[in-house]
Amino acid sequence: MRPFQYTRAPSLTEASHLTAGEDTLAIAGGTNLLDLMKLQVETPGQLADINRLGFADIENTDDGGLRLGALATNTETAVHPRVRADYPVLSRAILAGATQQLRNKATNGGNLCQRTRCFYFTNIDQPCNKRKPGSGCGAIDGVAKLHAILGTSDQCIATYPGDMAVALSALGAEARISGDKGERNVPVRDFHCLPGDTPWIENVLEPGEVITGIALPAPVGGTQIYRKVRERSSYAFALVSVAAIIELTDGKFSRADLAFGGLAHKPWHDPRVGKCLLGQPPSDALFDKAADILLEDARGFGENDFKIPLARRTLHSVLAQATEGAA
Amino acid sequence: MADTITVNGTAHPVPDDPRVSLLDFLRQHIGLTGTKKGCDHGQCGACTVIVNGIRINSCLTLAAMHDGDSVTTIEGLGTPDEPSALQRAFLEHDGFQCGYCTPGQICSATAMLEELAANWPSDASESLEESIAISGEEIRERMSGNLCRCGAYANIVAAIEEVAAGGRS
Repeated sequence: MRPFQYTRAPSLTEASHLTAGEDTLAIAGGTNLLDLMKLQVETPGQLADINRLGFADIENTDDGGLRLGALATNTETAVHPRVRADYPVLSRAILAGATQQLRNKATNGGNLCQRTRCFYFTNIDQPCNKRKPGSGCGAIDGVAKLHAILGTSDQCIATYPGDMAVALSALGAEARISGDKGERNVPVRDFHCLPGDTPWIENVLEPGEVITGIALPAPVGGTQIYRKVRERSSYAFALVSVAAIIELTDGKFSRADLAFGGLAHKPWHDPRVGKCLLGQPPSDALFDKAADILLEDARGFGENDFKIPLARRTLHSVLAQATEGAA
Repeated sequence: MADTITVNGTAHPVPDDPRVSLLDFLRQHIGLTGTKKGCDHGQCGACTVIVNGIRINSCLTLAAMHDGDSVTTIEGLGTPDEPSALQRAFLEHDGFQCGYCTPGQICSATAMLEELAANWPSDASESLEESIAISGEEIRERMSGNLCRCGAYANIVAAIEEVAAGGRS
């Protein structure tokens, strides 16, 4: 690890001042950041430790929702009684990721900011436009099994690797962000960016901004499913994942909130997919139509071509499970 | 007063160099070499220790982040004369071959039994809300952060199952 200065941020204001500097990164759980620092993918001159700033609680909100502190751990969130009862898709998504040791340390804010696991990004001997702008993308025409099929650019085909944010996207959660210009709320669906010509920009956080919490809306009920397809049954990143909140009224879809992991540089939420289901009775033909819409612009890069039919089948399977007995 | 980390009941000053991981602090600064360095990237679990009652990978956290915390390592769980219930069960079930992953396995399993007692669900749990039945499948999922390259998994699961069924150490 390269030498760095370690500073414990005494306040949120000071954390903003510190991280506004180009050479300073905030550290919370650190499970992803310290890994990348050991690989010298990240070489900050200073770490600002935000762990003791207090926003670690999980609290009811006035509108019946739940506010997850950014410094609450993934485990504290997944096992919270209200998350288990009212937002099971979120518990399931978190529990499907990483290991217990990592979830015990990783925070909700840090989870949103985690970096891609693209092999070219994490290996400093390889070209990567995300890590070293202009150096090229090794994954295009390279080892691309984990890579994106939607929203790619000719600069980058990396995926956002997390599970939690996929469930948060389906749930319509919002990130609470604090900076020197004040506070703002950003829907998790809009928090991450597509690579475009600036693959090094992965989310909308400005210098000096810190995530302080995640607001979940009032519970919506429905059948909630997080289906993660991976190469081994534990401790592996998603090839494809689907977060689904489904409700039928009089045998027809009255709610279909869907988000997808493993497909893109961000948790993928295409409102057209859920919308095509609404008002319709479940059927194989309808599920195929939803998959057609989802995958209309999908493009494989050789090794990950399989993700296109896998995403189709996973969506189909999740919708069939959610509507079992109604079709 | 200098910042300290309490390890197995004894307070130690936090190291000056912020790069020191909690793992390197335990092994190189205070000489507790029971905790093992495997991958040093949070993938193998050999470095698992218990911090304030919670199991974590000591390789992926800085010692400087832990002043005031209480750490339990394998040396704090039992002794050769008085092993913990899990340590005894690992011996009885031959839950290792080379033994390198064993301190991490036992620290991990020790905290895992507390998680089960608190009814924390896992990816293998049928229900998020009902009482969790201890099973081989639950143990395997909950221990997936601890690799054993000798492949002693069957015996590791048997050792943990026995202690889980027989109450706490």
